[in-house]
Amino acid sequence: MALEDLQHNFLTGRIEDLVRWARRASVWPATFGLACCAIEMMAAGGADFDLARYGMEVFRNSPRQADLMIVAGRVSQKMAPVLRQVYDQMMEPKWVISMGVCASTGGLFNNYAIVQGVDQIVPVDVYAPGCPPSPETLMHAILTLHEQIRTGEILKRRSSGEPTHLDHQESPWTPEVPVAVRLGTPK
Amino acid sequence: MIELPANAPAGVITADVLKSDIGCFPTREQYFGLVSALKADGFELCADVCGVDYLEYAERSLPEGVLPTRFEVVVNLLSMSRRQRVRIRVQAGTESPAVDSLFTLYPGSEAMEREAFDMFGIIFNGHPDLTRILMPEDWEGHPLRKDYGAGRVPVQFKEAPGPR
Amino acid sequence: MSDPTVRAAERLEPLVVETSEGAQGLQRREATPAGELSREVGSVLRVDGHAFDPSSIDYERRDDETMIINMGPSHPSTHGVLRIMLELDGEFVLRAKPVIGYLHTGMEKTGEELSYVQGATNVTRMDYLSPVTNELSYSLAVESLLGIEVPERATWIRMMMSELNRISSHLVWMATNGMDLGSTSMMIYGFRERELILAFFEKTAGLRLNLNYVRPGGVAADLPDGWEDDVTVICDTIDERTYEYDQLLTGQPIFRERMVGVAPITAEEALALSVTGPLLRSTGVPWDLRRTMPYLAYDQVDFDVIVGTYGDNFDRYAIRLNEMRESIRIIRQCIEMMPRGDYRSQDPKVTPPPRARIGESMEALIHHFKLFTEGFHVPQGEVYSAIESPRGEIGCYLVSDGGPKPYRIHVRAPSFVNLQAVPLLMRGGSMSDAITVISTVDPIMGEVDR
Ligand code: SF4
Repeated sequence: MALEDLQHNFLTGRIEDLVRWARRASVWPATFGLACCAIEMMAAGGADFDLARYGMEVFRNSPRQADLMIVAGRVSQKMAPVLRQVYDQMMEPKWVISMGVCASTGGLFNNYAIVQGVDQIVPVDVYAPGCPPSPETLMHAILTLHEQIRTGEILKRRSSGEPTHLDHQESPWTPEVPVAVRLGTPK
Repeated sequence: MIELPANAPAGVITADVLKSDIGCFPTREQYFGLVSALKADGFELCADVCGVDYLEYAERSLPEGVLPTRFEVVVNLLSMSRRQRVRIRVQAGTESPAVDSLFTLYPGSEAMEREAFDMFGIIFNGHPDLTRILMPEDWEGHPLRKDYGAGRVPVQFKEAPGPR
Repeated sequence: MSDPTVRAAERLEPLVVETSEGAQGLQRREATPAGELSREVGSVLRVDGHAFDPSSIDYERRDDETMIINMGPSHPSTHGVLRIMLELDGEFVLRAKPVIGYLHTGMEKTGEELSYVQGATNVTRMDYLSPVTNELSYSLAVESLLGIEVPERATWIRMMMSELNRISSHLVWMATNGMDLGSTSMMIYGFRERELILAFFEKTAGLRLNLNYVRPGGVAADLPDGWEDDVTVICDTIDERTYEYDQLLTGQPIFRERMVGVAPITAEEALALSVTGPLLRSTGVPWDLRRTMPYLAYDQVDFDVIVGTYGDNFDRYAIRLNEMRESIRIIRQCIEMMPRGDYRSQDPKVTPPPRARIGESMEALIHHFKLFTEGFHVPQGEVYSAIESPRGEIGCYLVSDGGPKPYRIHVRAPSFVNLQAVPLLMRGGSMSDAITVISTVDPIMGEVDR
């Protein structure tokens, strides 16, 4: 049957593009609120900032159904194994956003109790700076991640088990400024 | 300064401290008796229990006759009927600090005493469940002691080139 | 020959829960000492001098018919990283034990390393829903050691900000409580109204959370121009919206089913457990530090202390809702009575010179530099200053050795203490009531673990 005989409109595309498009448009975050940043994460899901615009309003409570882990807040030594376990329970493909300076570097609390950077435990895709990052910053991080998904590879598996460092990545992702991102207060 | 209740153990040293609180400085033996006398006297609420490690500040000012030790347990009691606070500072000992637990008087002191145990290693005799509360179970040492380092990790930037 | 079914039952290992926190978790009943068991079943009041007798608890069921389950630390309704271990008989809770420390940040240790100027940055991150009260109790402690007076305007600004903060904290509580009960609209509404207040905070202090606005000696900045209008709009809007919440929740049958008469606590039990705040007031004890031991200028404003009667979930809800209205009343009076003058103490010891003078005078520059590198010295002494946070009495115990850094800083965290009431409130209730218990106790884990 020739294409001309089909009764419907159709689009053609590469399967990679389709998969990337689908993944990018439906990233479901896991609820992993830890500290102050979690409140801002909740605020981002609220009416004013409305994460639903990006197809992300469904915060999944079960890690099995989540694609994105937003580590929102400081990770203590006691919490670190739990965090790792939740990460391991998530299905591939999965991404991690480290939200706030505490999760990214330990921040203000350079002491015995806090893990100095969550990237010692799980591989991190995007770091959102700030203490706390405002919902706009979080959304910028999310859009950056979307861009990363849109341009990234679809079959790459992450190494698991070892701590990741930036120099382990084979093909470093060059940040492109996504067209759709604008920063500013929506009010 | 107010009178201590009549059934308080004899010889407890008191002093006025800042902000119109009363300070009591009982010995370890007098401690439990004093708190139960105060409780009977209308101090209904045990507001706070915490430990202090005076390793680097042994020369603190204390009233005459109080023998300073390294660890101190500070208890804040509150009387709602009299709207008054009393602060009790017990010298808990230097080598193996231990005081009586207030659990039988104020069940609400349980978590706070556990915290003082976790952070300072002060033993509370008669406490029902003296386990760590904030740190992981297998943690070594008591973090708020002055001879326990803060555990700082030197900040390093991963991308930075090495020293030139 | 013995009965084979009995032998099979004997061979079955009891369900032992392995957790990484070992002795901190809930143990099997035989392995738990009597005093601890009494806490886990929520028995608080005992006749003095009588040891608790564990056999006095009527379990009705054998040990192998109950199960110990673990809830948290990553659980949607534990408000952060609270972990609660429960012994359940079917659907009903027999014992409960909170396991905490998953957010332990070592703030008291870090506080010993920061100067008094920097200290507010640290304490404000403890109770992240009401940063102003944290800073306030810390600043009051430092000020009473220093013996300085803050200008009147600073006092009133502090008061207004802490009331605004109380509203925003209760709004988050309303939101998350609604969420826990399945009312997602309340979640959206609560966060929507909160944005109003946070926008004002951002305008005033530069940050939405963790303001670091109240500092020893006053506040960080004066109120922005036109603040009266902003605050009036906030008051009017939220005042009106509280009546919408009333309509949405207060009379709603499902909501009432889950709140009225659930998880009651008596005044004696609450006092014995050192519980403060709305949890204590719900039992009918009119204890609010703003009224009973006034600080700032609370003795000059007119407001009511809201108390409950039954100590149940619904009372705690009603108290928080009405406290928002009272806070609005206080704020309106603050707008009216706000005095003019300095917003921070002019004592050069604690206050940096104004920015404009730094460019002109070398002395001011040196002064500024010294204040922010070394900080000011605080006379020797110790002080405990307590104020009323949205969750209860927050106290700051400060020991100074005369140096520029606190020798010891300890914060009496209301949520940490209130959490002890959880086993008592959960006992005998069903699993779904356990969720409302966590919610109405309102623990903020950052403050619990510090
Ligand atoms: S980065 Fe700041 S806001 Fe976020 S958890 Fe850490 S202290 Fe809190």
